[in-house]
Amino acid sequence: MKLKKLLLLTLTLAFAVSLAACGNKDNTSNSATNAENNNAGKSETAALSGSILASGSTALQPLVEQVGKKFMDKNPGVSVQVQGGGSGTGLTQVSGGQVQIGNSDVFATEKMKDAAAAKELVDHQVAVVAIAAVVNPEVGVTSLTKQQLVDIFTGKITNWKEVQGKDQAIVIVNRPSSSGTRATFEKYALGTKTEDLKGSIQEDSSGTVKKLVTDTPGAIGYLALSYLDDKVKAVQYDGVDATVDNVVAGKYPVWAYEHMYTKGEPDATTKAFLDYFMTDEVQNGDVVELGYIPANKMQVKRDEAGNVTK
Amino acid sequence: MKSNQDTPLLLRKHRTEEWIGRGYTTICVLFLIVIIVSIVYFVATKGISTFAIDAVSLSDFLFGTTWSPDDNQFGALPFIYGSFLTSLLAALIASPLSVCAALFMTEIVPSWGKKILQPVIELLAGIPSVVYGFIGLSILVPFMRDTFPGQGIGVAAGAIVLSIMILPTITSIATDALGALPRNLKEASYGLGATRWQTIYGVIIPTVLPSILTGVVLGMARAFGEALAVQMVIGNAPHIPTSLFESASTLTSVITLNMSNTVMGSVQNNALWSMAMILMLMTFVFVFVVRLLERRHKI
Repeated sequence: MKLKKLLLLTLTLAFAVSLAACGNKDNTSNSATNAENNNAGKSETAALSGSILASGSTALQPLVEQVGKKFMDKNPGVSVQVQGGGSGTGLTQVSGGQVQIGNSDVFATEKMKDAAAAKELVDHQVAVVAIAAVVNPEVGVTSLTKQQLVDIFTGKITNWKEVQGKDQAIVIVNRPSSSGTRATFEKYALGTKTEDLKGSIQEDSSGTVKKLVTDTPGAIGYLALSYLDDKVKAVQYDGVDATVDNVVAGKYPVWAYEHMYTKGEPDATTKAFLDYFMTDEVQNGDVVELGYIPANKMQVKRDEAGNVTK
Repeated sequence: MKSNQDTPLLLRKHRTEEWIGRGYTTICVLFLIVIIVSIVYFVATKGISTFAIDAVSLSDFLFGTTWSPDDNQFGALPFIYGSFLTSLLAALIASPLSVCAALFMTEIVPSWGKKILQPVIELLAGIPSVVYGFIGLSILVPFMRDTFPGQGIGVAAGAIVLSIMILPTITSIATDALGALPRNLKEASYGLGATRWQTIYGVIIPTVLPSILTGVVLGMARAFGEALAVQMVIGNAPHIPTSLFESASTLTSVITLNMSNTVMGSVQNNALWSMAMILMLMTFVFVFVVRLLERRHKI
């Protein structure tokens, strides 16, 4: 019995090791076939083949997975695999060459210490995610100004009555300091970094944040628009509703691109996948369906420094 | 004549089997050792680089109370404190319950008690920690919020969730120890006219105490390493809590919240690995304590 278990364990391990080895081999042979494809592509459009591995941002993961499946249906020779792991993981792995695409909620230059490595990465902005400040519906506040939000998240205002709400203590449901969502919220809604206040709550999963804001009296947090429903109240930002239309028109400022980074210019298969992402079929279909905002619809553009241009 | 022919053949077969079995086990063990050594090496090099490469001072890390990676402040004391506090509290809550459950199954109603209680408690061990976290968040936290001051989320909620998670560990070890107790000890006690309760607290408990303590230490080790369930209910504010009903962090909750968001090689990422190294060292300590208790038990 024990021997059997041991055998099973060893077999599993051996299998895993050989798989890992295969993975490496696959990658090298892929780049070889891709190079061939590149050459072939000049003379004729050959059928795409190879495998694309994408990892990183869990916020972007469902979209990449869904689009990847569709892409595989259209190109039977291609396999697209998507892993989560967070923006940091995605950037690390694409920079290290372990994956073809690194998904990130933030610009690589904001996250990576190594500026040279960040420069090597090519940015593909495939969607936009807008973030709204949300409060427990009971607090009686419908709109907050930028200054009020700053005061709340820095602990200057601790009771909702100070911002025309109920007489109730404010409970902050924050993201951890390394979170991309928090970085976006701080940069574009507050305009300043905030410290973690004593007694505040930190969660990184949008589901948990939503549950806590729904259940905790006096809670305030922030969520991507796709997570909003009746259970939490999205407050207006400086009098502007957090809606897709306002984001697209550039009226609502709290949003960020979802990036898909490649190391250098992508190979033919990866390029085809990224191009497919930008087609109307995906942008107006899957992107909207899953609650993101199409990148090609945006009437404003924003660079890494946060400068907005029409 | 026949047996004469068979014996060498059988012997040869036995020797081959012996050789194959021996070789196979050796390979497996070597593989295991390589895995363990490489894990320890990996965590240690990553963890040490915070101090060696990024020049974060060790005392600032261990005793600093400010965790603010953006300002290069990597004080991990609130998390170390949180980990110890929650696992100690969890052990305090779970130990009496587990010991009573074990006594119930072995001394009080061994027949149906064991048949019903043991599978139920073992079931607790099989529930995934995310389920504990979600139950904690949905039922325990609102209850705590209505009953005690604070947001419901906090050290107390974390400790209670952990205590339920480590119940099976302590119970099963205590049950095994009680079951292995020689009959004559109890019979001698009854023979002297002691009641069942007197026997339990005067003879049985003192005799199996080292084993029970082993269970408690193993339970604490589990509580110390548990991440997801605690993370969901403890609040994760990087501060030393002043009350049991205040948001706090543990080493594991900070690692799971931040590891995926940080880039490998950055100072913050390395600091997280340093915390992982502390967790690993603590595991060594727990194992060491268990060994010590076992040795005491044998004498």
